[in-house]
Amino acid sequence: MTHAISIESVSKRFGSLQALDSVSFTVAQGEFFALLGPNGAGKTTLISAMAGLSRPDSGHIRIMGHDTVASARQARMTLGVVPQELVFDPFFSVREALVFQSGYFGIRRNDAWIDELLHKLGLTDKAGTNMRALSGGMKRRVMVAQALVHRPPVIVLDEPTAGVDVELRQSLWAFVQELNQAGHTIVLTTHYLEEAETLCSRIAMLKKGKLLALENKDKLLAHSATREISLKLAAALPASLQPLKVREADGRHILQLADIARLEDVLRELRLAAVEVRELSIHETDLEQVFVKMMHGGRV
Amino acid sequence: MHGFMTLFKKEILRFWKVAFQTVMAPVLTALLYQLIFSHVLSQHVEAYPGVSYTAFLIPGLVMMSMAQNAFANSSSSLIQSKITGNIVFLLLPPLTALEFFGAYLLAAIVRGLVVGAGVLAVTAWFGLPLPSHPLWILAFAALGCGVLGTLGIVAGIWADKFDQLAAFQNFIIMPLTFLSGVFYSINSLPPLWKTVSHLNPVFYMIDGFRYGFFGQGDVSPWLSLAVVGGSFAALASWSLYLIGSGYKLRQ
Repeated sequence: MTHAISIESVSKRFGSLQALDSVSFTVAQGEFFALLGPNGAGKTTLISAMAGLSRPDSGHIRIMGHDTVASARQARMTLGVVPQELVFDPFFSVREALVFQSGYFGIRRNDAWIDELLHKLGLTDKAGTNMRALSGGMKRRVMVAQALVHRPPVIVLDEPTAGVDVELRQSLWAFVQELNQAGHTIVLTTHYLEEAETLCSRIAMLKKGKLLALENKDKLLAHSATREISLKLAAALPASLQPLKVREADGRHILQLADIARLEDVLRELRLAAVEVRELSIHETDLEQVFVKMMHGGRV
Repeated sequence: MHGFMTLFKKEILRFWKVAFQTVMAPVLTALLYQLIFSHVLSQHVEAYPGVSYTAFLIPGLVMMSMAQNAFANSSSSLIQSKITGNIVFLLLPPLTALEFFGAYLLAAIVRGLVVGAGVLAVTAWFGLPLPSHPLWILAFAALGCGVLGTLGIVAGIWADKFDQLAAFQNFIIMPLTFLSGVFYSINSLPPLWKTVSHLNPVFYMIDGFRYGFFGQGDVSPWLSLAVVGGSFAALASWSLYLIGSGYKLRQ
């Protein structure tokens, strides 16, 4: 099957800044994909290149098999982008903005779909309101609707929840998940790593224009992850387990295990030493820890 | 095609929603020029045989207003969209360079013609005779607005800031329009300035337009048509090239 997005050795330089350095990966149709990285990692540059807002110096990008330069029109028809910056046309109402956006994609009489978008994004009662009069969160919703007027199979959201209240974040994600279940491919960048962790099945991490990691989320978490266990014991920690100990907190010993299978060994040592376990808990690594670790130079 | 129609309609609505500022204001300005200049100069100057200065001034003011407003329409719309960032909504869809150019151009022409009609309506009763060649009038009105509308597109794409656009307007567009024979016949100028005026394409717009009203001008209307048409073709090609190449629009 054609990849929803295929990125082949894409490089882009702005003056002395290498914004993208030979980035390659693919996103399959129907995937929920996260693109992560600190500010300046090249996420937005990559999205701009996908959207045809900028042209790569070298390499190719295909959206649903259409080259973003050679077949720009088809590529744009299949892609919906929610830009990061909050932008709007102050001359028009919400409905006007959506009707115009449909028209730019060559779509007439899009009212039924526009009504549905307004409804799903909680904008129905704002349809006649001028864009200027909307709050930031509401403007963001309109931008999501604008990206979807042409029902694109591939949807890219560049930090859609930055500076947006909790309620909108939740309703927005519910809607995006619904789109994903209906078969749309979703790519998102976000600063809220727990969003990427709950929503996405695969993750790419960028740093200084380079692809650092590209993994299935669970795999990334699993093998990046030294797991920690916290033990409250009736007696002292046996000497054989001392090397695993990383710290002590609230009278609990925190041990680091290379693999969760090592837990069995720990419990055996405790039985042998006849030390009673009063409390045991396992801390799963979250994406944030992996992210911080990678961005500080550690490779997974 | 529907993309072009949509953008054209959006551009029309954009200026029409603020018509007080985009149509009424230039009409009032032109009326003030007409009142003041015709009062001051009507006793002294007869530009063409049998044509009073008051009547002579009217087509010049109409053309000047059309030209300035056609330029203002495309240039200000583009720079506003660029600075506020909402131009992204035009760059993401599959609009062709021709659709993009055509929509901005046609909206600029419409704004120019609406303002021109307004100026004509308030100044004609100062003594404009019935037009002798209406087709020339229409041709020069449309082409003149087209040239300045296209120049507005180029300036709007080129400028990064409002003050750059203002400089373009104040140091290029204003001198070109004011020194084009709006207020005088260039035959009254010393030879050097007459020659310089012949290098100004806006002069040919006004002269050709005026020919349509009075049946006489400083040069042949065919020469004017060739210069104005040629300027339009050159600027339109340049503008299409800029849009197609993504100059300052796509990085």
